[in-house]
Amino acid sequence: MADAVPSSGLALTGPVTLDTLDQVRALLDRAESTTRVDLSSVTALDTAGAWALLDHRGMHIEAASPAQDLLLRTVEAALPPARTARPRKARHRAGDALAAVGTTVEGFLTTSAQGLGFTGLVMARLTTTLVRPRRLRLTALVHHMQEVGLNAVPIVALMGFLIGVVLAFQGAAQLRQFGAEVFVVDLIAVSILRELGILLTAIIVAGRSASAFTAAIGSMKMREEIDAMRVLGLDPIELLVLPRLLALVILLPVLGLVADLAGLFGGGLMAWIELGISPSQFQTQLLANVGATQALVGLSKAPVFAVIIALVGCHQGFLVKGDAESLGMRTSRAVVIAIFLVIVVDALFSVFFAFWGV
Amino acid sequence: MDAEAVIEIRGLTNRFGTTVVHEDLSLDVMRGEVLGVVGASGSGKSVLLRSIVGLQTPSAGQITMLGTDVLGASAADRAAASARTGVMFQDGALFSALTVRENVEAPMRERLAVDAPTRAALADLRISMVGLPPEAGDLYPAELSGGMRKRAGLARALSLDPEILFLDEPTAGLDPIGASAFDALLNSLGEALGLTVFLVTHDLDTLQATCDRIAVLAQRRVLVTGTMAEMREVDDPWVQSYFHGPRAHAALGQEAV
Repeated sequence: MADAVPSSGLALTGPVTLDTLDQVRALLDRAESTTRVDLSSVTALDTAGAWALLDHRGMHIEAASPAQDLLLRTVEAALPPARTARPRKARHRAGDALAAVGTTVEGFLTTSAQGLGFTGLVMARLTTTLVRPRRLRLTALVHHMQEVGLNAVPIVALMGFLIGVVLAFQGAAQLRQFGAEVFVVDLIAVSILRELGILLTAIIVAGRSASAFTAAIGSMKMREEIDAMRVLGLDPIELLVLPRLLALVILLPVLGLVADLAGLFGGGLMAWIELGISPSQFQTQLLANVGATQALVGLSKAPVFAVIIALVGCHQGFLVKGDAESLGMRTSRAVVIAIFLVIVVDALFSVFFAFWGV
Repeated sequence: MDAEAVIEIRGLTNRFGTTVVHEDLSLDVMRGEVLGVVGASGSGKSVLLRSIVGLQTPSAGQITMLGTDVLGASAADRAAASARTGVMFQDGALFSALTVRENVEAPMRERLAVDAPTRAALADLRISMVGLPPEAGDLYPAELSGGMRKRAGLARALSLDPEILFLDEPTAGLDPIGASAFDALLNSLGEALGLTVFLVTHDLDTLQATCDRIAVLAQRRVLVTGTMAEMREVDDPWVQSYFHGPRAHAALGQEAV
C-alpha cells in the first residue's frame, strides 16, 4: 500500500485511515532517515491517519490536497497538549486486602446508620399519616396491595403446597421406622405453621417486591422524579414509601396464611397417599395436638418481616445514583439485605418465643 | 457539493397502530451537505432518523444509505454501512458505566484491531476536537454538564470517522453561547472531515448557521426542501409561521415585522 522512495522522502499511496493505521505507522517508523512525506497518491485520509502523520514529529508533509490540508490543520490544532503520562492504575500492595476489609466494614456501618435514619423518617411520616388518615393515598395503597399481595398468591400457594408435600414425604420415611406415622401431622403442622410457611413467604416476597420497590424508586430517582416531587412540595416518603409499606404490612400475613393452608393441604394429601392417613384422621390429629397458637405465633412475625422488606426495598431505591449500574447493584443488594434481615429476625423471634415459652 | 446522494429514501411509510407518522415520504441527502430537518413536535423527525439508522423498521418503503439497501441488506452489509455513520442522540446516550474516553473508544474497540495506547490517543484526539478539556476523558457521564455530555456524544459519534453524521437535537438544552459554539464546531468539523450531516433540530439559529439545505416535515411527508432563503418564500401556513415568527427574525438578524 505504500513504498518508500528514499531520495525524495516517503511517498504514501492508497488509503491512510484507521484501518491501515498500523501499516502507515510501521512505514513512518522505518523511514527514519527521511523527514518528508508525500501525500500526492493518498486516496483517503481520515483523522486517525492525519494523527499518525502528525504524531511523527518533525515529518514535513508535502503535496496534500486542500481538503487533506484542512483536515491536517484541524487535527493539529486539536492535538492534546504535551502528552503527559497518564496515571497508571495503582499496583496491588500488601495492605490492600486489609484496607478492603476496613472499607467493607465502614460501608456496612454507614449503610446500617442510613437505614436506621430512613426507618426513623418513615416512622415519623407514618405517625403523621395515622393522625391524619386523609393524607394516605388510597389508590396507591390498593394498587400496591394488588401488586405485592394478590399477584403473589399463586406462587406463594404453590410454594406452600410443595413444602407440605416434601415435609410429609420426608417425615413419613423417618417416622415409619418407629411406627409413629400419625405424628407426621404434627410434624407438618408445627413446622409449616410456626416457621416455614411465613419464612419462605417472606423470602419469596423479598425477592419479588423488595427488588420491584428498589427498581421503581431507583428509576424515578434517575429521572429526577423524586426531585420534582420535592420541589412541588410532595413528600416522596409519603407518596412512595408509605403505600408500599402499608400494603405489605396488611398483606404479608394474608400471604403467610395462604402458604400455611396450602402447606397443610399438600402435607395432608401426601400423608393420605403415602401413609393412608385419611383427611378426617388428619383433621382430628391436627385439632387435638396442634393448637391455633402455632399458627398465630407464625403469623405474628409477618408484619415485622413486611416492614423489613418494604423499608430495605425503598431505602435502596433512594440510594440509586445517576448510572444504570448503580440501579442494578442496589436492586440485587435490596434482595440480599432483605432476605438476610428476615432470617436474622426470624432467629431472634425463635429465641424470644422459646424464652417466653410459647 | 457534487450531486451524489448518500441517503435515498423512497416511499417511506411508518405506522404505529392506527397512527400514521410517515406516508410515502421521499428524501435525498447529498454528499457533503448539512441537511436540517425541521417539523412540528410529533411530525416524525426522530422516527425518520431512527428509520435511516435502522432502529425502526418502517411499514413500507425503501432506504438506501451509502449504496446499501438498509432494509433488505444482510446483517453484515448493514453493519458495514453503519460503521460509516455516526449517531449522536439527544442527550448524548453515553454509556453511564464508562468514562468519556472509554465511551469514545467503544466503537473502535468493537470494530477494529487497534492497540490500546493508539485507541486511547485517538480517543483523546476526538475529545479535544469536540472542544472538551483533556481532563474530561477521565470523567463519567454523570459528572458532566449537559453541554459537555453533548460534546462527548459527538466525540463518540465521530470515533470511526463517519461519512454521515446523524444529530438529534444537538443544541437543545444548551445555553446560547454553548449552542453557538456547537454550531461553529459542527461547521469546522464538517468542512475538515468532509462530513454529510443529517441534523434534526428545532433551533433556528443552528439552521441558519450550519445548514446548506432544510427539509420540512409536515403532513406525514417532506413538505418542501430548500435553503433558508427559499423557506421564507414557501406558501404554507406552518412553514410561514415557522420561518417568519419572531424567533426566526431574531435568528436571521432582522427586525420583526
